[in-house]
Amino acid sequence: MQITEQMEEILEALWVAREEKNTDCLKLAWLREMPDTRMLKELIDERIVERCGAEEIKMTTRGAQLASDAVRRHRLAERLLTDVLAVRKEMIHETACQFEHHLHRGIDQNVCTLLGHPKTCPHGRPIPPGRCCEEGVRIAPQAVSPVSHLKPGQTGQVAYLSTTDPKRAQLMLSMGIVPGTHVKLLSNFPSLFFELGESQFAVDKEMAKEIYVRIESA
Amino acid sequence: MDTAGSANPRIILAGSPNVGKSVIFGALTGRYATVSNYPGTTVEVLRGPAKLCGIAAEIVDTPGLYSVYPVTEEERVALNIIREEPGFIVHVIDAKNLERSLPLTLELKETGRPVVVVLNMFDELISLGMNIDTASLSRSLGLPVVATVAVTGQGMDQLEGELSKLVSKELCLEPYRVPPYSEKRLRGLYRMSQEVVAATLIRAPRSKKFTRLDKLIVSPLSGFLILALILYLGLYKFVGAFGAGTLVDLLEGAYETYVSPWFVSAAEWAIPWEWLRSLFVGEFGILTLGLRYAFAIILPIVVLFFLVFAVIEDSGYLPRLAYLLDSLFKRIGLSGRAVIPMVLGLGCVTMATMVVRTLASRRERMIATILLSLTIPCSAQMGVIMGLLSERPLVLVLWAVIICSIFAVSGALLSRFMPGPPPSFIIEVPPMRLPSIRNVLLKTYVRMAWYFKEIVPIFIIASVLIWLGQLTGAFEWIIRVLAVPLDLMGLPASAAPAFLFGFFRRDYGAAGLYDIANAGGLSGNQLLISVVVLTLFLPCIAQLVITIKERGWKTATAISLFILVFAFMTGAALNAAITLAGVTL
Repeated sequence: MQITEQMEEILEALWVAREEKNTDCLKLAWLREMPDTRMLKELIDERIVERCGAEEIKMTTRGAQLASDAVRRHRLAERLLTDVLAVRKEMIHETACQFEHHLHRGIDQNVCTLLGHPKTCPHGRPIPPGRCCEEGVRIAPQAVSPVSHLKPGQTGQVAYLSTTDPKRAQLMLSMGIVPGTHVKLLSNFPSLFFELGESQFAVDKEMAKEIYVRIESA
Repeated sequence: MDTAGSANPRIILAGSPNVGKSVIFGALTGRYATVSNYPGTTVEVLRGPAKLCGIAAEIVDTPGLYSVYPVTEEERVALNIIREEPGFIVHVIDAKNLERSLPLTLELKETGRPVVVVLNMFDELISLGMNIDTASLSRSLGLPVVATVAVTGQGMDQLEGELSKLVSKELCLEPYRVPPYSEKRLRGLYRMSQEVVAATLIRAPRSKKFTRLDKLIVSPLSGFLILALILYLGLYKFVGAFGAGTLVDLLEGAYETYVSPWFVSAAEWAIPWEWLRSLFVGEFGILTLGLRYAFAIILPIVVLFFLVFAVIEDSGYLPRLAYLLDSLFKRIGLSGRAVIPMVLGLGCVTMATMVVRTLASRRERMIATILLSLTIPCSAQMGVIMGLLSERPLVLVLWAVIICSIFAVSGALLSRFMPGPPPSFIIEVPPMRLPSIRNVLLKTYVRMAWYFKEIVPIFIIASVLIWLGQLTGAFEWIIRVLAVPLDLMGLPASAAPAFLFGFFRRDYGAAGLYDIANAGGLSGNQLLISVVVLTLFLPCIAQLVITIKERGWKTATAISLFILVFAFMTGAALNAAITLAGVTL
C-alpha cells in the first residue's frame, strides 16, 4: 500500500494528539488534520487505526510505527533547517512540512547522524529515536554534535541545549552558555574543560552531552 | 550589626562569582572580607559602613549571582537581599566577560533600583588586547559605568564619586518581584547584550591561550603529581614537620620552661587558696593547660596552615582541582564542586560547613556535611596528629589509609542510599593568578583572629568546667564512665581527659593526646586507635551550631549521634582487629 502525503499528515496529527492528551483513544475533534469519511475508512481497512468508541479512534501497532517515522522525519527536518540551514523561525514549520516527505527511509538516518542524533525538535518536543540513534552511528564528519564529541583544540558554535531538566538549562544559560557563543574544547579527560568567550569552564560528560555545537574547525 | 547603618543609604554589591565584589567591599569600607581566586568564596552577606565623599552609607557584600533565577543556596541568599532590601545596586562585572554579564545588568535594571556598572579587572582586559568604550556603554545602557582595578585601587575614586551622586536619587521601596522564568525572556536579554557589546567592545584579534601551567595542572598524570607535591611539601613538610614538629616543640618547651613556672609562682603569691589556684595553674588550669594548648600547640600549626591555604586559594588552583577530581567524587555522590568545601575543611571544618551552600542539590549538601563532620580533620587536629606521629611514620600512614577508606566507603554508601538525583558538575574556572602577598597575609591574619576568638573562650570554659567537676567530684565520675568505652578500644583510663576535651573540640582532644603521649602513656597500637577515633569525633561546638543553622536541628542531632556511635565503634573494631592480628606497632 502507498502511504500518501495526506495520510502522513493525519498520522502526525494522531501522534501529536497522543503526546498532548496522554491517552491512546483520541477524539477526532482533537486532531489538527481531520480525516474525511473516505480516508477514515481507508485507514481502518489498512489496519492503521481502529475505532475505540463513538467519534474516537486509536492507532494500531503498525499505525503507531508509521506515525513515529513520520513525526521523526518532520522534527528532524525542523532541526536541520534551524541548526544547519539557519532558516528563519517563522518559516520552519511550513518548510519542514514540505521537506519531511523527502526524508524517506535511509535519508532520515543520514540526516539524524549528521545532526548528532538530536533528542528534541527546536520546539522542545521529543524526536522518536531511529535505529541509527540506538546504534549510535557516527559517520564523520557531523555538522552538529555534543561538545563531548569535539576533539581537544576543536572549536564550535553553540547551536542549542538539549536537557530534560529545566534547572540545568537555566543554570547553563545564566552562566553564558547560550546559542551563538563560540567554544573551544581544551581537554576532554577526566572531564571536559572548554573555553567560552574569555572564560573557561569545567563540566562533566553528562552535561557536555547536552550542549550541542555546530563544528567549525577540525 | 550596625544599627546606625539602617538609616543610611544602602549600597548592594552584586554580580557573578569571582569578579571582585569583596575587594571592592574592602576598599569602600576599610573592612576585610575574605578574597580568593575561586567562585563561591563569599557565601554570606557582609555589611559595613562607608563614607562616600562625606556621605555616610551602608555597603552590603553579597555572594555571587549568575541571574535572578538562583540555582544554589548562596545565589538565593544574594537574590533575597536584592529583593527584600531596597538599595542602590552596584553590578560588579569581570570586564573580560562583558557579554556574559550584561544580561544580569539588564535584569538588575528592571528591578527599578538605581544601578551603577563596575567593569572590574580592567587591566586583565587590556592585557588581552581588548578594550571597552565605557562612555558609549554607559549611553546604551542608560547607567553610569566605571572601570576599575579594585586590587590596586584604580578607579575607586571615580566609583566613590558615582556612588555619592547615586545615593541622592529617589529610591523605590517596594520589594522587587522577579518575573516568571522563561527561556525566551533570557534569550531576549542575551540578544540585547550582544547588540550593546558589538558597539562597545573592541575584541582581541587573537584567542586566549591554554597555558602550559593550565595543561599540567588539569592533565590527570601531572595533575595528581602536582597534588601529591602540594600535599607533601605544603602539608607534611611545612605544616607537619616544620610547624607541628619544630615550632611546636620550641614554643611548647619555652612555655613549659619560662611561662608556666612564672604563672605558677605568680599564682602562689597572689592566691592563698589551693582550690582556687588550681583553676589557673593546676593540671587542667586555664593558664597552664588552656592557654598553653591554644598558643603553644594550636597557634603555630593553624597559622602555617592558613598561610599555605591562602596561597592555594588565591592562585586559582581549587577550581582546577575540582575538574581533576570530579569523576572520583561522583562515586561518593558528589560533584567536583564539592572538592572546594572538602579541601577548605582541612583548614577549618566550621568554615567549610558554610561553604557547602555552593553545592546545587540538597542531596549533595547532605552528603558533604556528613563527610565533613565525620572524616575531614581540621588543620589544628591534623597538625597535632602529624606532630604526634612524626616518629612513627607507620602509624601515620595507617591513620591516613584508615581515614581515607572511611571517607570513600561512607561516601559510596551515602551516595547509594541518599535519595535524590545524581549530581551534575559545572564550574567557571578563573585564570591562574599570582597571589598577592598583602592579601595572603591579611587573610591569614583575619582567619587566625577569628579562630582564636572561637577557641580561647572554649578552652577557658573547658578548664572552668573541669575545675568545677574536680571540686564536686563529677570529674572523677565522668572519667570512670569514659573508662568503659576506652577499655573496649584498648585504651588506658589515663586517655580519658583527652577524650573529654574532644567533646569540646576535637583539636583540643588531639592536643590532650599530645601531652599523654609525650609522657609515654600510649603504645603504638593505642596511638593509632586514639588518633583515628578523635579524627572521627564531632568537630567542635562552632561547627555544630553551623550545621544546625544550615541543615536544621533534626538533621544535626541525627548526624551528631551517628558520628559519636560510629567513632567509638570504629575504635572498638580497630582494637579487635589489631589484637586478633597480633600486630604491635
